[in-house]
Amino acid sequence: MNNMYTFDTSTLWVALPEIFLLSAIVVVLLLDLFLTKPFKQVTYYLTQLSLLITAILAFNLIGEPKTIIFGGSFILDNMASIFKVFMAGSTMVALVYTRHYLTEHKLFRGEYFVLVLLSMLGMMVMVSGYSLLTLYLGLEILSLSLYTLIAIARERSGAIEAALKYFVLGAIASGLLLYGMSMIYGISGSINVADIATFAANATLASREMLILNFGLVFLVIGIAFKLGAVPFHMWVPDVYQGAPTSVTMFLSTVPKIAALAMLVRILVDGMGAMHAYWSDLFMVMALLSIALGSVVALMQTNIKRMLAYSTISHIGFILLGFVTGVVEGYGAAVFYVLVYILMSMAAFGMIILLNKQGFEADKISDFKGLSKHSPWFALLMLAIMLSMAGVPPFIGFYAKLFILQQVISAGFITIAVIAVVFAVISSYYYLQVVKSMYFEDSNNEITITAPMDMKLILSINAVLILVVGLFPDFWMQLSISIF
Amino acid sequence: MDNSLLSLLIWLPIFAGIFVILIGNERAITARWISVATSILVFIISLSLYTEFDSNTHLMQFEEKTSWISQFNVYYHLGVDGISMPLIILTTFSTILVIIAGWEVIQTRPAHYMAAFLMMEGLIIGVFSSLDAILFYAFWEASLIPMLLIIGVWGGDNRVYAAIKFFLYTFLGSVFMLVSLIYMYNKGGSFSILAMHDLSLTATEQAWIFWAFFVAFAVKVPMFPVHTWLPDAHVQAPTGGSVILAAIMLKMGGYGFFRFSLPITPDASYEFSEVVIILSLIAIVYIGFVALVQRDMKKLIAYSSISHMGFVTLGVFALFLAYKPGAAEAALLGLEGAMVQMISHGFISAAMFLVVGVLYDRLHSREISTYGGVINSMPKFTGFAVLFAMANAGLPGTSGFVGEFMVILSAVQANIWYGVLAGSTLIVGAAYTLWMVKRVFWGAITNPDVETLSDLNAREFSILAVLAIAVVAMGLYPQPVIDVMHVTIEHLLNQALTSKL
Repeated sequence: MNNMYTFDTSTLWVALPEIFLLSAIVVVLLLDLFLTKPFKQVTYYLTQLSLLITAILAFNLIGEPKTIIFGGSFILDNMASIFKVFMAGSTMVALVYTRHYLTEHKLFRGEYFVLVLLSMLGMMVMVSGYSLLTLYLGLEILSLSLYTLIAIARERSGAIEAALKYFVLGAIASGLLLYGMSMIYGISGSINVADIATFAANATLASREMLILNFGLVFLVIGIAFKLGAVPFHMWVPDVYQGAPTSVTMFLSTVPKIAALAMLVRILVDGMGAMHAYWSDLFMVMALLSIALGSVVALMQTNIKRMLAYSTISHIGFILLGFVTGVVEGYGAAVFYVLVYILMSMAAFGMIILLNKQGFEADKISDFKGLSKHSPWFALLMLAIMLSMAGVPPFIGFYAKLFILQQVISAGFITIAVIAVVFAVISSYYYLQVVKSMYFEDSNNEITITAPMDMKLILSINAVLILVVGLFPDFWMQLSISIF
Repeated sequence: MDNSLLSLLIWLPIFAGIFVILIGNERAITARWISVATSILVFIISLSLYTEFDSNTHLMQFEEKTSWISQFNVYYHLGVDGISMPLIILTTFSTILVIIAGWEVIQTRPAHYMAAFLMMEGLIIGVFSSLDAILFYAFWEASLIPMLLIIGVWGGDNRVYAAIKFFLYTFLGSVFMLVSLIYMYNKGGSFSILAMHDLSLTATEQAWIFWAFFVAFAVKVPMFPVHTWLPDAHVQAPTGGSVILAAIMLKMGGYGFFRFSLPITPDASYEFSEVVIILSLIAIVYIGFVALVQRDMKKLIAYSSISHMGFVTLGVFALFLAYKPGAAEAALLGLEGAMVQMISHGFISAAMFLVVGVLYDRLHSREISTYGGVINSMPKFTGFAVLFAMANAGLPGTSGFVGEFMVILSAVQANIWYGVLAGSTLIVGAAYTLWMVKRVFWGAITNPDVETLSDLNAREFSILAVLAIAVVAMGLYPQPVIDVMHVTIEHLLNQALTSKL
């Protein structure tokens, strides 16, 4: 045990992906300063290369035994490595879409890529954080990068408003989280997740310790729920999604969800697992509210980014339901859902970006009118994405919902499952609105797609995966469970 | 070959559909020929299901089983028995008709139209042959997607409303089924439908599961009072869409009662059989009167479909009252009548919608009042139309009579009043059908456009002729159809009458 708290340079390999990424960030940042306009693309390619190497490094660590270093504040386990590979991979895909968007909207700057890499670093720290302090540091690296990314379109008032809103509300949430952490630290005497777990497991019911632990727990849950965007801490989600440049919206609606999920697992499952009965009730309420509000309010939206924001809220509700069960399969179902959600959400925002043109944001549902006539292939892909989000088989979204529902019913919450599926049907109405625009209506405006080949290709693969993984979901389900 | 026959039937049309999409709308003629060739090929292959079918066993035949999702113990498990096999052949048969019927009529995006029907054919065959509940559910829901697009893209003026209403109605119905399937999986550890047949369930569990299934299947059949999506969908859908909807998709609901409700929840089915019977009788009588007052021909046929499908649910659930210890004939008659009625309705409703389609293609109106005296300009067509109308009214010698008669016999055994009410359809059905025939086909020509109508072309003639042969053959000699299902139905009757409590 003592050994764990010493700093030993021979254990640095455990954090190799993070160390590499940090060095790469410094290189990219400095190099970008010296690149003249015609060579700006170099920054993009270097960024992609850094992410690729990070992913490979993380991939090589899969299967290593669980190792805790840096005085017990950094953990390497399969969950961390697998999440890092996924995050790096999805960030790379996101950047392919992003490049088209930035070019069309004249936002192409080196800082954008550096900020994305920085937020990636923050997320990796969150995924591997094993003390409250590391987790908080990772979260702040991520959040500060995101605030700046949103504001990068500084001449758009909507983006500035979104950035400010996100910043102010994010700061409050961080404050609440810190407050909760200080409570936990105050009573348990440690910020280390493993120590907290031992303390919580030994605390007797209805004791003074339990009361304070509970008090801290509530604040922790609020902080995490804010980052995930669960009701009633969802207020920022629609505004930020709508106001931010679409490429940023895509990024912040997808990859950080893995990191937030990892933080949730570290703090609540690993640290406060003994108090599952307390926080699962909170989760149940938040999950149902999220599913209900996300499904109903989205019905009225005409802006597709805002609609997807509410759809995210409802997806988050399903993810939280997985944690209500308190069994490993339930957590696995939640992880599977998050991965599926990222696959779908990435493709959906990719489609929006695909329709973007010089100075034209295709962010209305009506911008999809007549797409099936002008580009049957991409209309078909969007159909698959929307139906998958609605949970219609054979697309992958169905299996994610199936997995969660099976776990929820297995835990004995049949009423909850019935409520969830009824709202899933309600939510299918707004996904059908997009299908309606694409297939049943026609517009006089010619839809031209100016995206480069690489984006079209990656987007097609991304969307086809929604069907292919849907036909063969077994591997991903097993993987999601295996990380616990 | 034999072992993967069902897979071939499912995936051949689906991949052919993808291929047809790739051919594209620009090369419509190639797309059409490939589609029709595929559908005929699939039909021929499906006939070997019939020729090689062993009608002496209730066990599943042509079985295929491979692990699919090990996390949930889900298998890619296919197989057919005497209930599903005739429905699969009905599916492959109807698909040929709709593809030929859409030959010239569909000019917007013809390749996509054909592809949608081919894919739907594969998915619906999947529904009828799945022996794993999740596989079944996946096919069941997936078959909504092509239908949604067929109604929404090629439909009439109010198509968007009809398409979305269709989708939401059926989607809402089936999610409850999903929840109860998962519940049974958690209890029994398997998604196999056959294992669910043997799963023991308490009375309360059965009641909940029965109603969850009931919602899913009743919407699909559709039964009163959840039938309102059907007239909208039918009226707006293109002719081909209406044909598939009436001939096959409605049968998925009836099939659900056979495959799920009766064997899985026998006690609840017994307990609630009177409710279902009363709803069926309302469908038969009340919806029959609703059909009487329709001005739109497609709407009239849609309501008549609901009324005729009422016989299916009546036949299924009358068995509990018709069954007397030692005398199972009446109950058996009801079940077999329900099956015969499903197949016969597949032919007749397809024919009726095609008849309306022929008129609509010429004058672009479905209103009865537009027509009158069609016989003067289209004598051959009128011949067919009157034959199908007679079959719709249940004239002996046509297929429409056989199923209804069997169900009525069974209903009389259950309760004389059920029989009387069900029998009243012979009057009401004849009334709305013949009155429509009178107004559309007979009498003097009131609309000058009717005079210019040209009679059937070779393509239309051959489709209607094939259907006419089917309707008459089923009416005169239904024995081959009854023979293949007899043993399976007997086994089903046994399952339904064996208490799980």
